Amino acid sequence: MSDLRDLYQDLILDHGKKPRNFRKDDACTHHAEGFNPLCGDQIALFLRVSQDGKVEDACFQGKGCAISTASASMMTAAVKGMTVEEARRLFVRFRDLITGVDPSTSDSELGKLAVFDGIREYPNRIKCAALPWHALTTALDGNADPVSTE
Amino acid sequence: MSAATVTPAERIDVDAIRAEFPVLHQQVHGKPLVYLDNAATKHKPRAVIDSQTHYYEHDNANIHRGVHLLSCRATDAYEGARARVRRFLNAAEDAEILFTRGTTEGINRVARSYGELLAAGDEILITHMEHHSNIVPWQMLAKRKGTVLKVAPIDDAGQLDVAAFERLLSPRTKLVSIVHQSNSLGTINPIAELIAKAHAVGAVVLVDAAQSCSHLKVDVRALDADFVVLSSHKLYGPTGVGVLYGKRALLDRMPPDEGGGDMILSVTFEKTIYNKLPHKFEAGTPNIAGVIGLGAAIEWVESKGLDAIAAHEDDVLRYGTQKLCEIPGVRIIGTATHKASVLSFTLGEIHPHDVGTVLDMEGVAIRTGHHCTQPVMDRFGVPATARASLAVYNTRADIDALCAALHKAIEVLG
Ligand SMILES: Cc1ncc(COP(=O)(O)O)c(C=O)c1O
Repeated sequence: MSDLRDLYQDLILDHGKKPRNFRKDDACTHHAEGFNPLCGDQIALFLRVSQDGKVEDACFQGKGCAISTASASMMTAAVKGMTVEEARRLFVRFRDLITGVDPSTSDSELGKLAVFDGIREYPNRIKCAALPWHALTTALDGNADPVSTE
Repeated sequence: MSAATVTPAERIDVDAIRAEFPVLHQQVHGKPLVYLDNAATKHKPRAVIDSQTHYYEHDNANIHRGVHLLSCRATDAYEGARARVRRFLNAAEDAEILFTRGTTEGINRVARSYGELLAAGDEILITHMEHHSNIVPWQMLAKRKGTVLKVAPIDDAGQLDVAAFERLLSPRTKLVSIVHQSNSLGTINPIAELIAKAHAVGAVVLVDAAQSCSHLKVDVRALDADFVVLSSHKLYGPTGVGVLYGKRALLDRMPPDEGGGDMILSVTFEKTIYNKLPHKFEAGTPNIAGVIGLGAAIEWVESKGLDAIAAHEDDVLRYGTQKLCEIPGVRIIGTATHKASVLSFTLGEIHPHDVGTVLDMEGVAIRTGHHCTQPVMDRFGVPATARASLAVYNTRADIDALCAALHKAIEVLG
């Protein structure tokens, strides 16, 4: 039986309760909204991407469960300072982690995001962790339609 | 509800009832299953499961079209279920009972077909506590025909503001569509009074009985309801089947919204003559086994008695309300004087979805989210709630398991 603590690790609970980069950015260059209709999670993501393709700032607002809030908090922290290409690569790596396609956490690329590896055991919560990341790719694609996890 | 009319002899023997539900007797995540998601769907007693197996093992055939014996038996069983639904709802005739896929299809059918008889500027009145299935079809109709959707407000307890409802009624109101019992709040609406008020301005009334029909008598003639919709799966029956009751005078005027086999008397490329009621609205091969299962479910519910079921659920609801209120941080959403079977709540700052995951690991199945009633969530300023909802097989011990699991959630997430 999987232990709840594998899912709700201290780092996740901490980011869930005290999300970092939790603010609005009216001067952002990229923006996307995401919805998880199953649990009512909503996220608005704001990015500032420089001319030379660097994510200079990332922040978000919204209402969500501990998992989606922590995921958004840690994602915005992680992609800040990355190039757009690096951010997209991290998305793929993170997605492969939480869906179990590539469950290894030994590489350095994931960093703290490796705490989400316990979520594999909770298939109906994978969407929660994935929501901010889908908003990220949508924002980077410059797509104005809201994303949904359904 | 009418708990007072249940004599001790008619009380529910909950152990005997639980023995009739195979699915209840299992472990999830290593814990005994405590199923408290009955507003979403209820489990099926052995009698319902057997009725469908029996049909497939003995009578399987298409209906209304074969000369052979199996087809006759299948047709008899299908039409027998229609007669049972007619008696359950006290409709005047079998032809007023139309089978659908569920509540959602029933409402959409009325919006599509009765909607054809409406004109731009005609008003449709709903309430703030409707399920999305009783909001979106009317928005679609508004787009198609230019009808206007009006919404009657609810108060802080989750009760309809009846005075405001009455003020919104006018000769422009052509259709009123209201939920009998709210799925996210538990509120029971004073449906007879609302129907009378709507009729006074000449509007027809659709009653969404999806939640109420499993413990409240819905007597379409006593209520003078024009349309009633329900889902079999919330009434201990199979999924994929529902009922649309309509008064014949209305159904006769309504155009069929689907064409095909069974709904016609004669077809040529020049002209098609539609079949009579109820077949006019039942194009194609229906969910025959599902309808037979619904008939068995109604027979089962009637054998227990709606009043006895209601009295039992009310006891567990009262106990649950009291126990939940003792847990620090619990806020109950939906505190109507008149309510049944639903306990919606939030737990401090902990998101309901996280609550739901911890409860699941403790074997306790509840629903979390907006329950297809986003406007209700907005009204109470919450993105979602946790909802425990009751059926006749739930016990006070289920509530105790719920509360113990909530303490665990506070420990893990608080
Ligand atoms: C009050 C109410 N109306 C409508 C529905 C829709 O029912 P169904 O999904 O069976 O069509 C539900 C069930 O979720 C409900 O609770």
